[in-house]
Amino acid sequence: MNLIIAIKIAIRSLLGNKVRSFLATLGIIMGVASVILMLGLGEGARVKVTDEIKSFGTNLLVLRPGKKGLHGVRTTEAESLTLEDAKAIAKIPFVKNVAPQVATMAQLKYLNKNTRSSATGTVPSHIEVRNFEVESGRFIADQDVRERRKVAVLGSKVKEDLFGALNPLGETIKVNGINFQVIGTLKAKGDKGWFNPDDQIFIPISTAMKRLLGVDYLRNINIQVESIEKMDMVQRAIQALMRKRHRIPLGEEDDFYIRSQKEYLESMARVSRTFTFLLAGVATVSLVVGGIGIMNIMLVTVAERTREIGIRKAVGGKNRDILMQFLVESLVVSLLGGILGIILGIGGGFAVNLSSKYQVIIKLAPILLGFLFSASVGIFFGYYPARKAAKLNPIDALRYE
Amino acid sequence: MNIIEVKDIEKIYRVGDHQIRALRGVSFHMEREQMVAVMGSSGSGKSTLMYILGCLDRPTSGTYFLEGTDVSSLSDDQLAEIRNRKIGFVFQTFNLLPRTTALENVELPLIYGGIRNSRKRAIEALERVGLIDRMHHLPSELSGGEGQRVAIARALVVNPVIILADEPTGNLDTKTGSEIMGLFKELNSQGVTVLIVTHEAHIAQECQRIIHLRDGQIVGEKT
Repeated sequence: MNLIIAIKIAIRSLLGNKVRSFLATLGIIMGVASVILMLGLGEGARVKVTDEIKSFGTNLLVLRPGKKGLHGVRTTEAESLTLEDAKAIAKIPFVKNVAPQVATMAQLKYLNKNTRSSATGTVPSHIEVRNFEVESGRFIADQDVRERRKVAVLGSKVKEDLFGALNPLGETIKVNGINFQVIGTLKAKGDKGWFNPDDQIFIPISTAMKRLLGVDYLRNINIQVESIEKMDMVQRAIQALMRKRHRIPLGEEDDFYIRSQKEYLESMARVSRTFTFLLAGVATVSLVVGGIGIMNIMLVTVAERTREIGIRKAVGGKNRDILMQFLVESLVVSLLGGILGIILGIGGGFAVNLSSKYQVIIKLAPILLGFLFSASVGIFFGYYPARKAAKLNPIDALRYE
Repeated sequence: MNIIEVKDIEKIYRVGDHQIRALRGVSFHMEREQMVAVMGSSGSGKSTLMYILGCLDRPTSGTYFLEGTDVSSLSDDQLAEIRNRKIGFVFQTFNLLPRTTALENVELPLIYGGIRNSRKRAIEALERVGLIDRMHHLPSELSGGEGQRVAIARALVVNPVIILADEPTGNLDTKTGSEIMGLFKELNSQGVTVLIVTHEAHIAQECQRIIHLRDGQIVGEKT
């Protein structure tokens, strides 16, 4: 039998039972729509996080003390990184800037206003290495570091919390009870979710180490490399240098580790891959549920149209004609559901983009996937009912009331 | 030449542990352009015989030659092809496809047969039964007599060797029933071979030959 005729018969029979056909496709609609929407959300999140990782600073390597554990998580805090290490690293070729840093949580106070925030002790190059911009006043200068001045530069959130609309320049704030003079404020970078770069103050590293923390070791060293191509080379050079400086014997593990943007991006890719697998699992379940819905409706349809099957066989319809007819019908139902699901998913994506801070990016692949999936669900779950129809004995089918 | 030649046909149905012998050795033959009635009460085996003659079922034993071909042991698909090309069915309940116009119903066997010009031939068949003006109507919009005419057109459309009619007037009032019988006779006079299964004597009377069936056996024949 002609395929076009089979499709015509299928559409006519579906239109004969509009509500039921719609309910049959509902599972597929929901399944495909949620697959498209969720993959779109995942893609949106991936792009956003990637952009943010890049906004940390360009060509950035971060040297931290301690052994690198599973998945890059630090297993121990260590006190092995020193300012001398930072100076030595600065001499490595292609290193553009080195910004050693210490940090602690500190109680900040201005008049009657209080906030708890991170106090970061650092050097002038930090602003460039970490991609900050001065909004008013100035950043920490070499002289501030040399003279261990008690000056502070405020992140935008701290400024907002302590001063609101007032001008903080020249005012004195207390950091863990010690007076600091505000010399500048920074432009907002935006909350990154796991930490907010605007919720910190910057003070000279010397002041932080001697007056605030009383330590002689660093929390980390930020290293800006001249170009992205040189990053691997510089990273290896730093590793060799640090092993030498820390006198680590051959075969022993490093007592430090170096993270690069690349590594952040890679771990992000790992997370998004896991996320995608998870979504694929959810999608499979929802499509199987949708497929069972279709099988259910097709079984009802076959039972209901037993007499029709009998008539078709009596006038010469072969088993494969009947099989084909019901398979096409199931395929049409599921493809219809798939197309409606794609439309709903894309529409839902637009709605999410307009109404929330989440970003949905819908690519072509999930749409094709949705289409393909719904088609295969239709064939897979339509086969059993169609075969049942094809195997009917024509006499029994004709006598069926 | 005999178009139908049946020898010692038996049909045994198994229902659980019971065996039902629906046909117990039926033999007869039919010639071209005849109009034959098979008469019997319900349970006499007349429907079983019709299904076997119509290639919807196979005999348990015995042979059945249709136009000289032994069809008693063909496969399902081969039987479907025979039904498509050589047999036209007319049923008591018309058995038209719902939500499908008269014309499309008549066209159906041609579509399964892969025949071109199916529309034109279907229109011709509807013309022969006098329903050309109703061809775009759905079965639900047709009267009983019109429905049966559409069914007859569907049986005619492939120019079958024989039309098998199972109680074709059973669901019709007397007047419409006799009109349908008139149509069968007219078609027969044009050369169509017809076999009518019925339990009504006055319907059987209209045929040239009556075969009486009781308990699965032929008990008498009248010409």
